[in-house]
Amino acid sequence: MGQAFDEIWGHGGPDHPRTDLAALARWMRGVPPHELKRRLQSAEATFRQLGITFAVYGDSEAAERIIPFDIVPRVFMADEWARLSQGLIQRTQAINAFLDDIYGERRILKAGVLPPDLIFGNAQFRPEIAGIRPPHGVWAHICGIDLVRTGPDEFYVLEDNARTPSGVSYMLENREAMIRLCPELFRNFRVAAVDSYPDRLLETMRSVAPPGAGAHPTCVVLTPGHFNSAYYEHSFLADSMGVELVEPADLLVDDDVVWMQTIAGRVRVDVIYRRIDDDFIDPVVFRPESLLGVPGLISAYRAGNVALVNAPGNGIADDKAIYSYMPEIVRFYAEAEPLLPNVETWRCREPQALKYVLDHLDEVVVKLVDGSGGYGMLVGPTASKQEIEDFRRALIAEPQRYIAQPTLALSTVPTLTEQGLAPRHVDFRPFVLTGAQTVQVVPGGLTRVALKEGSLVVNSSQGGGTKDSFVLMDDAPVQSQTMGGMTQSQGGR
Amino acid sequence: MRLSVHHETRYRFTEPQARIVQLLRLFPADTSHQTVVNWRIDVDCDARLRDSIDGYGNITRMLYAEGPVETLLLTVSGEALLTEDDGPIKGTDEPFPPELFRRVTSLTRADAVIEGLGQGDDLPAMTALAAAIHARWSLDRRPTPTIRTAIEAAGDERLGPRDMAQIFIAAARARGVPARYVSGYSLSGDDERRTAAPHAWAEAYVAGGWYAFDPAIGGRSGLDHVRVAVALDAAGAAPIAGVRMGAGEEELDVDVRVEGA
Repeated sequence: MGQAFDEIWGHGGPDHPRTDLAALARWMRGVPPHELKRRLQSAEATFRQLGITFAVYGDSEAAERIIPFDIVPRVFMADEWARLSQGLIQRTQAINAFLDDIYGERRILKAGVLPPDLIFGNAQFRPEIAGIRPPHGVWAHICGIDLVRTGPDEFYVLEDNARTPSGVSYMLENREAMIRLCPELFRNFRVAAVDSYPDRLLETMRSVAPPGAGAHPTCVVLTPGHFNSAYYEHSFLADSMGVELVEPADLLVDDDVVWMQTIAGRVRVDVIYRRIDDDFIDPVVFRPESLLGVPGLISAYRAGNVALVNAPGNGIADDKAIYSYMPEIVRFYAEAEPLLPNVETWRCREPQALKYVLDHLDEVVVKLVDGSGGYGMLVGPTASKQEIEDFRRALIAEPQRYIAQPTLALSTVPTLTEQGLAPRHVDFRPFVLTGAQTVQVVPGGLTRVALKEGSLVVNSSQGGGTKDSFVLMDDAPVQSQTMGGMTQSQGGR
Repeated sequence: MRLSVHHETRYRFTEPQARIVQLLRLFPADTSHQTVVNWRIDVDCDARLRDSIDGYGNITRMLYAEGPVETLLLTVSGEALLTEDDGPIKGTDEPFPPELFRRVTSLTRADAVIEGLGQGDDLPAMTALAAAIHARWSLDRRPTPTIRTAIEAAGDERLGPRDMAQIFIAAARARGVPARYVSGYSLSGDDERRTAAPHAWAEAYVAGGWYAFDPAIGGRSGLDHVRVAVALDAAGAAPIAGVRMGAGEEELDVDVRVEGA
């Protein structure tokens, strides 16, 4: 593994930045480190005050911690972003087509593209919701597709998040902090605005309202409650969209119609952005012992009286076991080559792959198929002998529970450290919104940074932080294109 | 053969309930083995009802009752004509291929005891499996409120039909045979023809078709089973899944009468 690609400095170091980013590199050199540090601390103080103390990836232990923030932004050039957006839109459309198919006709299985037991044996494939077609056929309204980069044009999808991806409040709060603390950056660079995200989300939700909802559908955000680690984001999104934030007890289903109980009486609900897992959404269908949830919700959904954003059952599309087949899935539905490649993945359930992985444990990254948050993960090059031997035993005992990937030289972005600016590895989560008519990528996203020198694990639970993500606009007008009768609007607005 | 079913479920609450929402899987569908002659569900309070089909193809009815509810009586009464037929069950709504029913759920894991019930993956082997369960455990029809796993049940001496069905499913799946849980009504193995719970058995996919096996009688289920709902396990085929909104305790009284007519 050679020197990682730095997104601002390129391979040339601080004195020879990438041509397009020379001005930004000058800014970094121009502001003294103690001033950068002061601004960073000011941002973190604000986050603490706001109570943004949640975990990005389901890390419940981080409940009272803020995630560290870094003051140096990560930057995408307009043309880079345009290419990325196309790939993200293609992938998201494939995810939606896959979900519609796998819970419907299952053409992809008939075509022999996927082994059937990968679907039928997978707990994420929910027989309870089969036969339901969500309003307007949209399943994954909000997709968070995690990307990593290894060179100027080398982007890879690391993970698809089609259930309830979180982190968008960081995108918005980080941007507010940057505008306040580094206003000169926004004078000198044409940074695409992200603050339209709540409006776009609301527009997306309204567009998928059931046909009977009328011109002004009622939308709500459903949270498990204030004890949930992402509660801040739930209330933030409800506030910024101007819709009600409700808990399960605020909703009731009567005669297959969903109602919100308000002081003024019952109000019919048409679209629910639910931030509750499938298991806890309706106790009469999923976990009967669960006290959470809205009894009857799935029946109302099956009757076509409410849209659930995102749809239940989506876990089958972002499962790690399915991930390795995503290129085939994209090819099948898009009838084109995937624009964004996967990271090469060895499925340890396959004997040959397992053998390769066991022979190269000190080089690869091993992940649990059903793990998240950086737990149950081996990073071979930095692991101890003991850790490697522990994983060897686990792999031999239950190979089907693991996948492995090469250790990528993840790109870095200069980051403020105790020793001044230094490269730190990053990944990226953009947010793709799919409505009844449009698929759009918000020009920005969540950049996570591994704050420890050399670390490749960006998870907040493992010492990761966040950065603002700039998308620089060129002079071109807003792009829009029409494909397959679907209008797509892309970033840059 | 004509079978008549009368199934009463009576709830009494120590305090009035504000609302009750229930998902009922109590309607049988016609198959090659059964013709539903008439079937009805009565509710003794003001409730809104919505009929649908769930993901497994079962007929469902949602019940929404507005409080205050102090008692609730659900009465299922109906008749079905059962056809003598030794072949597989046909004419069912099958949204999924048999492969789905190889999936091991948390309720249907197998342990050494369950795996030790025999071997083989054909029709005689499944019949022998039902017989082995019947021989190994004794049947106790008293209702058990909570669903336990096949492994938990296998550690006990006396099992209900639900436990036996789940053990059958766990054993079949451990051998790679698709198997599923069936809830319904049966005359079999019951001298008084009066029980305090609906019946449960299993179906296994062998020799290119779904065949029904009833471990509670130790073999193929015959002419006296009215098949109502199927699912991966007992949780998915529960005849009544409900939630009540209100304080206090609940008393449940179930009376099932099945008679040959």
